[in-house]
Amino acid sequence: MKNLILTTAALALTAGIAMADTVRMGTEGAYAPWNFINDAGEIDGFERELGDELCKRANLECEWVKNDWDSIIPNLVSGNYDVIIAGMSITDERDEVIDFTQNYTPPDPSAYVAMSDDVDVTSGVVAAQTGTIQAGYIAESGATLVEFSSPDETLAAVRNGEADAVLADKSFLAPIVEEDGDLRFVADEVPLGGGVGMGVRESDAELKEKFNAAIQSMKDDGSLNTLISKWEVSSTF
Amino acid sequence: MRPAIFSFCSDPDVLDTFRWFSCYLTNGVHWSFYLSFLKVLALLAVTAPVALGFGFAGAMAARSHFPPLSWLGKGYIAVVRGVPDIAFFMFFVIALDQAFEWTRHKILCPDWTDPIRQGNDFLVCQAAKLPLGSSPEWMHETYGFFLAVITFSIVFGAFAANVLFGGMRAVPHAQLETAEAYGMSRRQTFWRVLVPQMWVYALPGLSNLWMVLIKATPLLFLLGVEDIVYWARELGGTKTSKFTAYPHGDWRMWYFLFLLVFYLGMTRVSEIGLEKLMRRLAHGQATSGGELLRKETTA
Repeated sequence: MKNLILTTAALALTAGIAMADTVRMGTEGAYAPWNFINDAGEIDGFERELGDELCKRANLECEWVKNDWDSIIPNLVSGNYDVIIAGMSITDERDEVIDFTQNYTPPDPSAYVAMSDDVDVTSGVVAAQTGTIQAGYIAESGATLVEFSSPDETLAAVRNGEADAVLADKSFLAPIVEEDGDLRFVADEVPLGGGVGMGVRESDAELKEKFNAAIQSMKDDGSLNTLISKWEVSSTF
Repeated sequence: MRPAIFSFCSDPDVLDTFRWFSCYLTNGVHWSFYLSFLKVLALLAVTAPVALGFGFAGAMAARSHFPPLSWLGKGYIAVVRGVPDIAFFMFFVIALDQAFEWTRHKILCPDWTDPIRQGNDFLVCQAAKLPLGSSPEWMHETYGFFLAVITFSIVFGAFAANVLFGGMRAVPHAQLETAEAYGMSRRQTFWRVLVPQMWVYALPGLSNLWMVLIKATPLLFLLGVEDIVYWARELGGTKTSKFTAYPHGDWRMWYFLFLLVFYLGMTRVSEIGLEKLMRRLAHGQATSGGELLRKETTA
């Protein structure tokens, strides 16, 4: 038995990058329907279901980790978890720091939500979550950007008048607008980002390929589209 | 899903207000919220003595007669007090974590040839990971908690060192001279005369630090430990009926009000405790407080 362990250890060492026994999946847990904390206190949502299925297909054992959005990339590169699966759009800026798998949702529009129809989203005050593509877009649109660290706070800012409108993924805003009579979609939708993918460390090419293959297999057999429609996170492929 | 505590919780939509709240307040997320109070209290209980230890060591080093040790003590006090807490928490914890892993990597995987730093990535062999990638989530959380205790202790230790340093200097010099005249060595003077008397001078400063420490616990979330403020924000946020059986509007105000009561309660309890401690320490001291106590007992 001891020999067996030693041999495996030696094999693992010589294999260069040792096989990770467990893949740790980092998510935010505050962005329904993508990822959120359910009543039982567990991580739930589209990405939970998707991630579990991808791990099954790639034969990986996965564990879920919650991390603040602000520090989600630094904690990935310093090795606290191995994958970001948090509704993160693929952008060039992020691609310089980490690598992305192929997208698991197609590029989808972001939308503005406000309390009244006559809000001017190009000159007013617009809220967005810190470090998102929406925040970058507002900064360039001419509007005054106010940033918040969680998605929920951006909406609260609109409700209490601190901001005129909020810009976020339409799939995140839609269920909220549906239930809140005061809120409505305004202005045109904006196409942003290159779809949502999983973030991995640049040195972790092996893991990236595994997930790429798993995502491809889900795209091919249509199960990814089923999942997207079930959680209403975006248009389908 | 964890079964609800009360049997009538299966369909919250039809419940009256009281029952709705008894279900809502006992669901899984709320237990995490309550648990985070214990986490914060545990952090305080562990950090306070450890920080005091750091402070005591720092103060002793700072007043050492051996120059390098004195520089070290004074340097520690000056540097840590000067760096903003939030910067310290962002930078130091990642650096500390990487230092641990780097050391383990050098010891456990000497055959490893790839560089540890590849671009932005920090890569150590699997065996050097802390905790191991395969260990259960509670190990990771305990490790995060442990890092938090160290970081808090170093930061608050520096402030405590400064307070204790001042307290040591405030002890009347005549006391030390008398001790010397009685033939006590420098060490004996320190432990038998200086230390017992300095607490009464250091306590007001230390009690301030304790109050600041109580309120600094939200910094925990920067370290990945979910504290009470994180949960209050998460639970108080607007919930739509699609993703929860207990939809509600923006209730952050109520959750934060609860935290306010909690913190004020902590402050009151601390005040009472510190008052008692002060009375005890003032006994027999050559201070106005000690004099007051003497008159009380003789009158």
